Amino acid sequence: MTLAQRGRVWTVSGFVLLAAVYVRALAFTPTERNQGLAQKIFYVHVPAAWSAMLAMGLVGLASILYLLLKDARFDRFAAASAEVGTAFSLVMLTTGPIWARPIWGTWWTWDARLTLTLFLFFLFVGYLLLRSAVPEQGLRARYSAVLGICGLVLLPFIHLSVYLFRTLHPQPIVLKPSAPSLPNSMLITLLASFAVFTVLYIGMVMQAYALVAERDAVVA
Amino acid sequence: MGEVLRHAWIVAKKDLLLEFRSRTALVSATVFTALVLTVFNFGRDPTAVATIDLAPSILWVTFTFAAMLALNRAFQLELENQALEGLLVAPISRTSLYWAKFFANCAFVAVVEAIGLPLFVLFFDVPVGGVLLPLVGVIALATLGFVAVGTLFSAMVIRTRFAELMLPVLLLPFFIPPLIGAVQVTARLLEARPLSEVSGWLRLLAAYDIVFLTLATLLFPSTVME
Amino acid sequence: MVRAEDLRHSYGNVWALDGITFALVPGQTLVLFGPNGAGKTTLLKVLAGLIRPAGGRASVEGGARAVGWISHHSLLYGQLTVRENLLFWAALYDVPRRVSAARAADLLARLGLEDRMDLPVRVLSRGQAQRVSIARALMHDPHVLLLDEPFTGLDLAAAAEFRGLLRELAGGRIIVLATHNVDEGVELATDIAFQSRGRFVHFAPRAGRGPSDIADAYREAVRDG
Repeated sequence: MTLAQRGRVWTVSGFVLLAAVYVRALAFTPTERNQGLAQKIFYVHVPAAWSAMLAMGLVGLASILYLLLKDARFDRFAAASAEVGTAFSLVMLTTGPIWARPIWGTWWTWDARLTLTLFLFFLFVGYLLLRSAVPEQGLRARYSAVLGICGLVLLPFIHLSVYLFRTLHPQPIVLKPSAPSLPNSMLITLLASFAVFTVLYIGMVMQAYALVAERDAVVA
Repeated sequence: MGEVLRHAWIVAKKDLLLEFRSRTALVSATVFTALVLTVFNFGRDPTAVATIDLAPSILWVTFTFAAMLALNRAFQLELENQALEGLLVAPISRTSLYWAKFFANCAFVAVVEAIGLPLFVLFFDVPVGGVLLPLVGVIALATLGFVAVGTLFSAMVIRTRFAELMLPVLLLPFFIPPLIGAVQVTARLLEARPLSEVSGWLRLLAAYDIVFLTLATLLFPSTVME
Repeated sequence: MVRAEDLRHSYGNVWALDGITFALVPGQTLVLFGPNGAGKTTLLKVLAGLIRPAGGRASVEGGARAVGWISHHSLLYGQLTVRENLLFWAALYDVPRRVSAARAADLLARLGLEDRMDLPVRVLSRGQAQRVSIARALMHDPHVLLLDEPFTGLDLAAAAEFRGLLRELAGGRIIVLATHNVDEGVELATDIAFQSRGRFVHFAPRAGRGPSDIADAYREAVRDG
């Protein structure tokens, strides 16, 4: 089986498992008292955020390894991870407002976590744009590795500065973004969803990696 | 270290001389700054928003754009006749080269800001008299961070397609933390609040400068060395 | 002494250097022929320390300080005068100011450009700029000269003049000159190499061969290689 085919198997399994998680979420997990059905979107939103963060973390890690070892596989992996990460951060950015509208009463708010995810998205897009603007493979790999590492270092600064920003200007939000502690059944559903999204991430990265490798082979 | 700085100074001096010779970049950046300030004056409703409330944002959005404009040209002038190749063959460390560009960019942006700040005070009638020194300090603190990252990125984008568009897209997310910090501190200063209120922000700005200057120094060789 | 041991480097799946080994001593001028994309520039850049090769070792006695680099780009700043350019590059090689001022005057006199000293480089003709770029590369009196397609953009007269200059410079130095044009530079060579797909398919002393002999050998070697 080629890498792309294995990736498809993982991805399809991921989606099947996601369906299973949603059956569990809708039919067998209690509905949250305050938020009602809207809360169910959390089982996509939070794990998608997790996968996007994972993607960025691995882009940064692969970038460091690339600069140290100069092995093109790390570069391809970083590219694949960034592409998948972009998709996940888009999921996160679309599901967030859908949830926020009924719960917070607004589509968008400059909450620390929301802002962080928005910048995660900007970083992914910038990373992919830079890649597309450098035709030569070795140069592209070095440039994107530099950007990947800087992006990873930037995230804590964004989080900290947005957090400080918010504590100085408290906004009238009634509900906290997440419940302090989840009942067990919800927690299990959420954890299952985390696992499923990790599977999806792996499957998609495998497919994206195969595509990137193919592109590199054609160009060279 | 002494040698690194000495070489950096030789290259930076050459950059500043080049800048002084043509003056086009400096003049355009300064005029641009004045124009952005003017745009801000008309891009608000004077009856709804008091100038003083908007002043910190105006100052920093203007400086952010001006810095961006300045950074685009740092490595541009090495592309003429491929002089960059000569610099890389010469027995100077890559670190010297990064620091040279960093110095020259800081000087360039500082000149633009030095002209922009009085214009800002004049146009918006901002009372800076008592807080001029700390204000200049904050400007320096934030500018160092901007320029540290910007110098690194400008070394990369000059060899990409659409360099002029690419730099802002890559750089603006990185300007956010120093921008937020600088606006907050400037606002407190203009309200004549004590600096102790913003010590968290000052620490953040300083940390950003140190982290990114170090990171950029470490990463820069990878942008020029195959 | 310039030494290359089993140099390897690739761009994607294309070998720019595929096991190149040679050694040169002062007095030798190696002229390196090869089609575009054969890896000539990569080889020069490895020798100049611009590229870290993926495999093998390259060494130049005296390191970066001993290398003079000339390409078809002049590496000069158009807004600066000839003098400012030369003094700037000399300063990067830690040449004392008094020495570099005298050397700049001397080199420009030899190149017939003494009256251009205080003109900005951008007003010079292509040939004049190329001559200044030679002076630039000689300001620190390098033992090794690396030239990457130095004839590109020069008209016939300027190219001939340039060859004359190089012949003068060759004594006691090591020169490596890369060009894709077999008609250029043969008579400068003490040694000839043909590079194709990252390999030396021919590497031998010139032994009195003229341009047409070399051109024939080149066609054969590059076709077979």
